[in-house]
Amino acid sequence: MRSVWIRWAVPFFLLAFSSITQAEYGLNMTPGVTDISQSVYDLHMIVFWICVVIGIVVFGVMFWSMFKYRKSQGAKPAQFHESTLVEIIWTIIPFIILVAMAVPATSTLIEIYDVEESDIDIKITGYQWKWQYDYINDDVSFFSNLSTPQDQINNQETKGDNYLLEVDEPLVIPINKKIRFLVTSNDVIHSWWVPAFAVKKDAIPGFINEAWTKVNTPGIYRGQCAELCGKDHGFMPIVVKAVEEPEYKAWLLAKQEKAKADTLLASQQSAQQWSLEDLIAKGETVYNTSCAMCHQANGEGIPPAFPALKGSAIAMGAIENHINIVLNGKPGTAMQAFGQQLNDVDLAAVITYERNAWGNNKGDMVSPQDVAKAKGN
Amino acid sequence: MSAVVENELNEHHHHGPAQGISRWFFTTNHKDIGSMYLWFSFTMFLVGGCMALTIRAELFQPGLQIINPEFFNQMTTMHGLIMVFGAVMPAFVGLANWLIPMMIGAPDMALPRMNNWSFWILPFAFTMLLSTLFMEGGGPNFGWTFYAPLSTTYAPPSVTFFIFGVHMMGISSIMGAINVIATILNMRAPGMTMMKMPLFVWTWLITAFLLIAVMPVLAGVVTMMLMDIHFGTSFFNAAGGGDPVLFQHVFWFFGHPEVYIMILPAFGVVSQIIPTFSRKKLFGYSSMVWATSSIAILSFTVWAHHMFTVGIPLFGELFFMYATMLIAVPTGVKVFNWVATMFRGSISFETPMLFSIAFVILFSIGGFSGLMLAIAPADFQYHDTYFVVAHFHYVLVPGAIFGIFAAVYYWLPKWCGRMYSETLGKTHFWLSFVGMNLAFFPMHFLGLAGMPRRIPDYALQFADFNMISSVGAFLFGTTQLLFLYIVVSTIRSGAKASAAVWEGAEGLEWTLPSPAPYHSFTEPPVVK
Repeated sequence: MRSVWIRWAVPFFLLAFSSITQAEYGLNMTPGVTDISQSVYDLHMIVFWICVVIGIVVFGVMFWSMFKYRKSQGAKPAQFHESTLVEIIWTIIPFIILVAMAVPATSTLIEIYDVEESDIDIKITGYQWKWQYDYINDDVSFFSNLSTPQDQINNQETKGDNYLLEVDEPLVIPINKKIRFLVTSNDVIHSWWVPAFAVKKDAIPGFINEAWTKVNTPGIYRGQCAELCGKDHGFMPIVVKAVEEPEYKAWLLAKQEKAKADTLLASQQSAQQWSLEDLIAKGETVYNTSCAMCHQANGEGIPPAFPALKGSAIAMGAIENHINIVLNGKPGTAMQAFGQQLNDVDLAAVITYERNAWGNNKGDMVSPQDVAKAKGN
Repeated sequence: MSAVVENELNEHHHHGPAQGISRWFFTTNHKDIGSMYLWFSFTMFLVGGCMALTIRAELFQPGLQIINPEFFNQMTTMHGLIMVFGAVMPAFVGLANWLIPMMIGAPDMALPRMNNWSFWILPFAFTMLLSTLFMEGGGPNFGWTFYAPLSTTYAPPSVTFFIFGVHMMGISSIMGAINVIATILNMRAPGMTMMKMPLFVWTWLITAFLLIAVMPVLAGVVTMMLMDIHFGTSFFNAAGGGDPVLFQHVFWFFGHPEVYIMILPAFGVVSQIIPTFSRKKLFGYSSMVWATSSIAILSFTVWAHHMFTVGIPLFGELFFMYATMLIAVPTGVKVFNWVATMFRGSISFETPMLFSIAFVILFSIGGFSGLMLAIAPADFQYHDTYFVVAHFHYVLVPGAIFGIFAAVYYWLPKWCGRMYSETLGKTHFWLSFVGMNLAFFPMHFLGLAGMPRRIPDYALQFADFNMISSVGAFLFGTTQLLFLYIVVSTIRSGAKASAAVWEGAEGLEWTLPSPAPYHSFTEPPVVK
């Protein structure tokens, strides 16, 4: 009898214990890595413990009554049924407790709203379904896409440690500097949220919201879009890399250099003559990063919201219309104006790819020069 | 008393129900209409429940396995809409229909023909809403809060049918509310002063005023959407001079009172049941009435607490934070009064009492998380996470839905003259209780750990709690089939119930025979 009990109990306790040790972050709010996130955490815990105490008192009286005054134990009901004094007492006491909660909450809120005197301003733009970061005083701008492979999402590959919380290019910020975020959106409402900073701000098309943070510890911090924004709402994570100031400066410089080099390379590449095969090969890569999310890797899309490109009127029709829709997008849909996001070579490559993939055997090709000409118009 | 009513009944036997299916189409009888409302809402509860189980099945494990993200979004949206407008609200209107005339000593509702119409709109409204799932582009996929511009510019074409469906539900609710108010204000038996009305009647009176105040606002906001979509206006489009946030202000001006519409009648139900099984009068009747009224009034001043992250000014944040915290005071008073009613009573634990006790405890837990959510700086962390999902399921499932279960067990013997099986009722309670807590409690942890709501797939650290939650959801969901069995078998073959049914029950409905006669009080009773 005893051995049976132990045989079951030991693995159970081991399991319980191990899940407690590894789930430390998984049960409660993170205290985060900023002063604000720490005070938000403290507020959360204060209110939580007040609720626990009230709960113990109220439910305690209730359970005691349920136990003590059972009819089955011959309890006789008392006759009282009102008392103005008691009602006044239990109106006033909760009110006082609430005031006690409101005071620290107010001061934290006032701090959060102080967006003045920032060291660095970063504009964050939400897109269906990626983020764009603009270092508005340093001429650096890039998109940040989910980098988890589709095969992991479709359970065809083992999921990595940072499954769904990893991006191709993280936001990089220096520690101990006041960073101001200017948050907006290109299409629907998104919400930019990094739990470790206690920053969550809605990205609203046509309006700019402000938020700020000042990170104390270097590290990589992950978050997600918090406002339902359509099909891939669950697939637009946020990754922020907080580094020491010199590292940030070096990164910024490298980024600026690379942007220059890329522009140069792009102009060289647009000038050079491309073969159909090379464009198609390059186009496939571009397609898989920028287009496959909606139009799917097999080109079949998810009609009608995300039309198929395979055999479509656009991909099989006149080249001008195809270039036009890729450059300028289609307002009111998830189809963005990629003319502002990709360079001429990438645009030419992806359009060429779309016209020659999945049995779209047009055989024709769009050169970077064609794209440049279309942009010029 | 009951003998007198039975004699009355025999003299007026030609006033019985019509025969055949036309009885249900043309009925103006408050009991028939109440039953139809209840059956309709239970059907919707199962439909919305299947959608919830589809969601939970997909979330059982990380990765996409059963449904794709587009359909997932349709499921979250439809689950919310069906449960709010199709399950909870009609169930309470059904209870109002059955109980209010019997409780105030009236023969029927004040406006019986309108009553028929307000019910019969609903099946059409919901058939239309559900049909959108089969339309090209799928059904509504923008969440039950349908924030613009996701629900306007970026919406699937079926959104127009959704808008029309919401209009029809709104008309039904407004007519139902007018009927409740007209009945309560005009048809009380002699001597039944306002402050003698049972609390269920009081809470429904207040709810009806809330409905009349806010359903037109909902109609307004969906009409603005319709204009933006089809007539080129720009209410919610910044490019045309509008503002997407305006949508949220108007929606939540409806939406916050709406959550009280879904809970106040349950407060009323519990305030009837706890005194009965404590065999002691309700503690603080008048403070209950005042608390309910203050909750209703305050509910108009707190809407932007759903919008703490949209970037409203500091002053606005502070105002809505304080106003929201203030609601905890009257809500607390209600909980204290229920506990004081039980204190020094003589308590027994029949099924309605079990559901009511669970209501008080679990609704309070939902209230605590509500108070936490009211703290604006902390809400920046909670907002749009599973913590919010846990919060509102704690107030709606063990709140509204347990309230409805409690009411059905409590009054079913009066309605059909037969007693349910206490063993099965208690089994239903315990399975629901365990399933519901297993499904929703882990969501608190998920939200605090950073899992956003409305996502079809999630990071690996959320896997364990999601699995537990899905198991709980399936337990809770399948248990409701037991409830269906209990109700059907009670109606068909339950033991005969007495007129009083419960030892400690007070109120006019218990003076009628069981089952209650087709016309409740043909002669008004005199209330001392």
